[in-house]
Amino acid sequence: MSQLKISGGTVYDPKNGVDGVIRDIWIENGRVVAAPTDANQKAHRVLDATGLVVMPGGVDMHCHIAGPKVNTARKMMPETKRLAEKVHRTPLTRSGTMGSVPSTFATGYKYAGMGYTTAFDAAIPPLAARHVHEEFGDTPIIDKGFFVLVGNNHYVLQQIRDNEPEKLKGFIGWLLNAAKGYAAKIVNPGGVEIWKSGGGDAAGLDSPVDHFGVTPRQIVTGVAQAAMDLGLPHPVHIHCNNLGLPGNWQTTLATMQALEGRRAHLTHIQFHSYGGNPDDQSTFCSEVPRLAEYFNTHPNLTTDVGQVLFGETTSMTGDGPLGYFLHQVYGRKWFSSDTEMEAGCGVVPITYKDKSRVHALQWAIGLEWYLLVDDPWRVAMSTDHPNGGSFLAYPEIIALLMDRTRREEVLKRVHPKVKDGCTLVDLKREYTLNEIAIITRAAPARMLGLDRKGHLGIGADADVTIYTPSPDIQRMFELPRYVIHHGELVVEQGDIRKTFEGKLLHVAPSYDESLVGDIQTWFEKYYSIQFANYPVDESYLHEHEVVATRR
Amino acid sequence: MSTAIAPPAIPAATELKVVKDATCTFCGCVCDDMELTVEGNTITKAKNACVLGKAWFLNHHAEERPVATIEGQPATFEQAVERAAQILTNATFPITYGLSDTTCEAQRVAVAISDWIGGTVDTTTSVCHGPSGMAFQGVGEVTCTLGEVKNRADFIIFWGGNPAESHPRHFTKYSLMPKGEFLPNGRKDRTAVLIDVRKTKSARAADIFLQIKPRSDFELAWAMRGIAAGVEIDPDIEKVTGISLDVLKDVVAQMKQAKFGVILFGMGLTMTRGKHINSEAVLALARDMNKYTRFTAKPMRGHGNVTGADNVVTWQTGYPFGVNLNRGYPRFNPGEFTTSDVLARGEADAAMIIASDPMSNFSQPARDHLRSIPSVVLDPKLSDTAKVATVAFTTSVYGINTPGTVYRMDDVPISLRPAFDSPYPSDLEVLKAIEKRVKEILQARS
Repeated sequence: MSQLKISGGTVYDPKNGVDGVIRDIWIENGRVVAAPTDANQKAHRVLDATGLVVMPGGVDMHCHIAGPKVNTARKMMPETKRLAEKVHRTPLTRSGTMGSVPSTFATGYKYAGMGYTTAFDAAIPPLAARHVHEEFGDTPIIDKGFFVLVGNNHYVLQQIRDNEPEKLKGFIGWLLNAAKGYAAKIVNPGGVEIWKSGGGDAAGLDSPVDHFGVTPRQIVTGVAQAAMDLGLPHPVHIHCNNLGLPGNWQTTLATMQALEGRRAHLTHIQFHSYGGNPDDQSTFCSEVPRLAEYFNTHPNLTTDVGQVLFGETTSMTGDGPLGYFLHQVYGRKWFSSDTEMEAGCGVVPITYKDKSRVHALQWAIGLEWYLLVDDPWRVAMSTDHPNGGSFLAYPEIIALLMDRTRREEVLKRVHPKVKDGCTLVDLKREYTLNEIAIITRAAPARMLGLDRKGHLGIGADADVTIYTPSPDIQRMFELPRYVIHHGELVVEQGDIRKTFEGKLLHVAPSYDESLVGDIQTWFEKYYSIQFANYPVDESYLHEHEVVATRR
Repeated sequence: MSTAIAPPAIPAATELKVVKDATCTFCGCVCDDMELTVEGNTITKAKNACVLGKAWFLNHHAEERPVATIEGQPATFEQAVERAAQILTNATFPITYGLSDTTCEAQRVAVAISDWIGGTVDTTTSVCHGPSGMAFQGVGEVTCTLGEVKNRADFIIFWGGNPAESHPRHFTKYSLMPKGEFLPNGRKDRTAVLIDVRKTKSARAADIFLQIKPRSDFELAWAMRGIAAGVEIDPDIEKVTGISLDVLKDVVAQMKQAKFGVILFGMGLTMTRGKHINSEAVLALARDMNKYTRFTAKPMRGHGNVTGADNVVTWQTGYPFGVNLNRGYPRFNPGEFTTSDVLARGEADAAMIIASDPMSNFSQPARDHLRSIPSVVLDPKLSDTAKVATVAFTTSVYGINTPGTVYRMDDVPISLRPAFDSPYPSDLEVLKAIEKRVKEILQARS
């Protein structure tokens, strides 16, 4: 295998303490390797990066890019595609459609074109895992994986009710193996089951769940503990109760407190940081400072933001009652689907308007999170694509974080009362390039437990993005000069140069196999498919890598 | 692949085996609990199969046909692939159609070919639940998997369908009869309503049968929405629909009192007067009921993997059916890019038909045009469409001979467990070979 040298670039590799240093990166067999000891040795290929900015490939740890609800959103909204950018077929690449939910090929090309080489879908009912693997096969270039919904799974609820932590742990281990998933995700724990069993939602962390007699609090702590005990590389991934409701910050704080030091990731926290009275939209305001204060002093927690951007997008969630809520608020078409024993789902088109006080506050609240978390290693960039906006908005968010005058300009045009409901006006902090490299690759890779992603040290996956520095920060991050993935040059100035399937990243935790009989008995009573037909076999995986559990 | 022109040898029937947890792809129920007894290349028993499933499995015989024909004459696989690729790459308006009775793996390659050649791709959805797909784009859908129906649905409305004969195990396995997690007494815990223009066999299974006048589905659904919302409805609704206002009010009251309702609707709704607005009305009715309780709706899909076809075409192009790629990117317009319409207007100049038989069910003008243009047909049988094909491939049967993935009517993906090998190639193998050759030809031209 030939060697590639990226020569003379200004490297930002925060994990290895490299902050804007000119150095060469040597690549062989898809990995970063040490520079040869013989200074005269020449690489087979040299990419001249003189004057360019070199970073690890971007890592999106929370997005919705594959599976039943994503595909349903594509199906449901042809009207968003006619006027959207066209993705033309070329001799090398397939055609596709954009809008807020791009088709699979377009998704792969657009992530790679933006310098992102890894992405995780955040909410998959395991019954639909096969569907996700099939779509991943048509989502080229990027490496990918997905999180498995467990927070409203009936077997999980039963084990928590019966105080059977070993069975809970065994089940989650079995389930991740069966689905070939990456992490355990809980979405509105208990609330989705309440919705499925007759409508309604969990009011708070201590609302009992119909039929099961457990509370969201017990689900949060039980699954968090099980994920830790299984040694999963990524801890429990939590979408808290009461998403989007004014006053929900108290539920979010209570969730953080309930974890009592257990490791956890709180996702799209922007949507969970609202003050005010749920019955009076005019009281809606930010409670980020109070939440960030708690978050900053509790290193067991990490978060991603779920930034809102203004424009047309699609809300899609495993949170069934939230879908109904959004349909009631906006009166637009609504998709809801309940998956037996496992999960719910809601899809609703949504338009975030800068003249809406609530929407503009949501935008500001996201930025507050980036700016009020002291340690950038604990906050990852996300829009919760496509919920807050498209993943293609990341360069715009980077520009907002690095340039406070740009934030001030937006504040001038949005609803005038926004300034009273949040602290954004007072936040003068501006991100450095090194901090951007942390929140867009190094930190999400570390949160996910991906030791070879998000950095350029020896042995790292050779996923490298090379940017042309520009005073126009958004432009710089929208159009990388080169993108290298698995050591191959895949993108040059927006043009795809090489395509391949990309790798599936999944876990295979060991679990107590003597528990499978009990799982099977339960399964056979209630599911509508055969137990033997549930696990996804290896024929669906193509190129894949099992990420090791930790002990 | 065999290069011989003579029919491939069918292996002698000696081996006996049992395939458990096999999947029946005959209808959209996609029951995956088949236990197939296989003797050589014949299935002799299909335990758990319904009457349709038994016919599907037990009457399957590999026919002694050539692997391929060109203009009716036996040809080698390679010759047929070459001719197919030439037809597809020389056309200016090629159309790909069918796809609902093959695996997702084959569907993915079929859409890829359509993309490379800038053709149109469409599935049998456009002639069955296409209107439901359009209605879905108008109002959305509140739905669930069939296991949710089994575990929770205490109020079930079958509308415009006859599942007793079209989906025989739907009642017993998924909807009416099974004991569910929250319905321990099974049928006794459920109320069933049938709405149809005819008293079919399904009526016997229902507690309430509403025999409506033909072509009045929309009016009935709209009146029910109105009643649910407290709007005063003109008693003349009985003259329009054949159902009295009192009866309707009673049904709606029961719907509100249910804990979890579901409307399962068929082509009696989607393919009669009103078409997509009928589906819209029923989807909206189910959606509205969520103000009072939980209520869902679901189209009863017919073909074994028509739901997979909708999914594959959508994830690759962004649209579910009727997709044109001629400008180099996908465009969607039912009526403009749906096959029966394209053919009837005489627009396509080549066709590739996969696992479907439009010559037996399309309109006369569409059939006349299809007969007049070069076509590539993949089918296990010598269908009417295969008979008029320029290039016809004999393929193995999905689920019986070939593995792969199918999606049940509720979007649940299921893997197939084939019973025995076929001497014929699968759709996937044929399509892959055509795709490879198409790409070579296009590359040489550019």
